[in-house]
This record gives sequence, structure tokens and C-alpha cells, in this order.
Amino acid sequence: MIKSQTDVPVPSSRVSGIGRLLIAIYGVLALAATGRSFVQIVRAFDDAPLAYALSALAAVVYIVATVALIQRSALWYRIAWITISFELAGVLVVGTLSLVDPALFQHATVWSIYGSGYVFIPLVLPLLGMWWLLRHPVAPAQSRA
Amino acid sequence: MIEWFTWLQLAIAVPGGLLCVILGLVGRKPTDLTMGATALVELMLIVQLAAAIAAPLAGNDATGSLLEFYTYLISAILLPVAAGFWALVERSRWSTVILGVTCLSVAVMLYRMSQIWNVQGS
Repeated sequence: MIKSQTDVPVPSSRVSGIGRLLIAIYGVLALAATGRSFVQIVRAFDDAPLAYALSALAAVVYIVATVALIQRSALWYRIAWITISFELAGVLVVGTLSLVDPALFQHATVWSIYGSGYVFIPLVLPLLGMWWLLRHPVAPAQSRA
Repeated sequence: MIEWFTWLQLAIAVPGGLLCVILGLVGRKPTDLTMGATALVELMLIVQLAAAIAAPLAGNDATGSLLEFYTYLISAILLPVAAGFWALVERSRWSTVILGVTCLSVAVMLYRMSQIWNVQGS
């Protein structure tokens, strides 16, 4: 793989250039979501089983998405799309519900109020991820799966 | 958790993180300066860990959840190590940006930790 100081118009890999930054931020968010759900579940799962189970699910999805962005094959490319779409749907649905019906999500999740507890990164990141995936598709023929 | 030390950490992690992000965006590969800033952030986190363990013995107890505090602290300690390894393996401008993002993430986590320790009544 050729590494270059400047941005190459047609990167050889999805894991090059600014994509690495995206992966790093995904990694941090995965860690943050995992940490939070760990604390919530250990401390008082019974307080809010729905919110806390959702936190854990979100954490797992972020981890899978991080891995999927690193891996370069048609299968992982599809998994990246699925997980990132799921995140976007999650942050939109839970974000809206947490505003419309706060009683449903009294306990914070990563996605409450569109991820305001995480500087709205959960809202912006899936969009960046999708943009990245669109710009760097992996055709089944060229994959190493 | 020692409050003034936490502020000192923030005073290093925030400018250090911004410096790394800027240097990375203008195209610098990881250097002694940016790696050093990240290493310093990591070192201070380990001092903070020791302080957090020792502080209750001196009557400085956390007001909030210790479980939450340590989850943040351990996560924060892992981050610069991961970013540092990344920077060693992959010597590109983006690794410098990642060092910066890591330092800034640590700063956010430190801020949350100080809230848990000092402000959050349980």
C-alpha cells in the first residue's frame, strides 16, 4: 500500500487517509458507549432495563461498526452499512422519543436527545461514515473476502 | 482525585490536543513533540490513578459513583496508549490528528471525572 503525505484522489483502501480518523473516532465512541453501559448495567440494571439494554446494544453496534470500517471486504462493507444505518436510525428514533416522551427514557443512553451527552457526535458520525462508505465502495470482485 | 492536579491535566491535554490536531491537519507526521504531549497526558493519568486510590485514605472521598469514575479513568488510560501505538505503526499525518483527538477525548473524560468526584452528590 502506498502511503502519501497528500490526499490521493483515488485511495487504494478504505482504511487510508482521513478514514483512519473516522475509525479512531468510532473506536473512542465505542469505548465510551461500552463504558457507560457497563456502569449502568453493573450499578442498577433493574432501574431502566429498556434504556440500559439499549445502551449495551448501542455499544456492541459501535464496536462492530469500528471493526467493519477497518476490515476491507465485501462482507464487512455490507456490515459497515448495516451497523452505521442502525446507528443513524437509533439516534433519530431514540432522540425523537426522548424528546416526545421523556418518561420512556428517563435514564440517559448514548442516543438520548440526539446524543447531546456526547456533543452530538452520535448524530454526526453515522452521516460521515455513510459519506465515507459511499466514496470508498468495495466491489465484490476486488474484495479479498 | 486532586482538584488542582486535574486542572493542570486539562491545561496540558486541551492545548496539547489542539496542537496535535492542527499539526496533523497541516500534514505533519507524528513527532517527538506530538508523541511527547500524548505521553505526558498518559503519564499524568497514571499519576491521577495513584492519587485517586490514595485520596480516600487522606479523607478526600468521591462524592459520586466510584464505579463510574474508575470506568472513565481506565478508559482514559487506554486511549493514549492505543493512539501512541497507532502513531508508531502508521506514520502519517492522520496519526497526528488521532493523537490530538485522543488528548481532547481524555480532556472531556477528565472533566466528567472531576464532576463525579467533586460535584455529583450521591
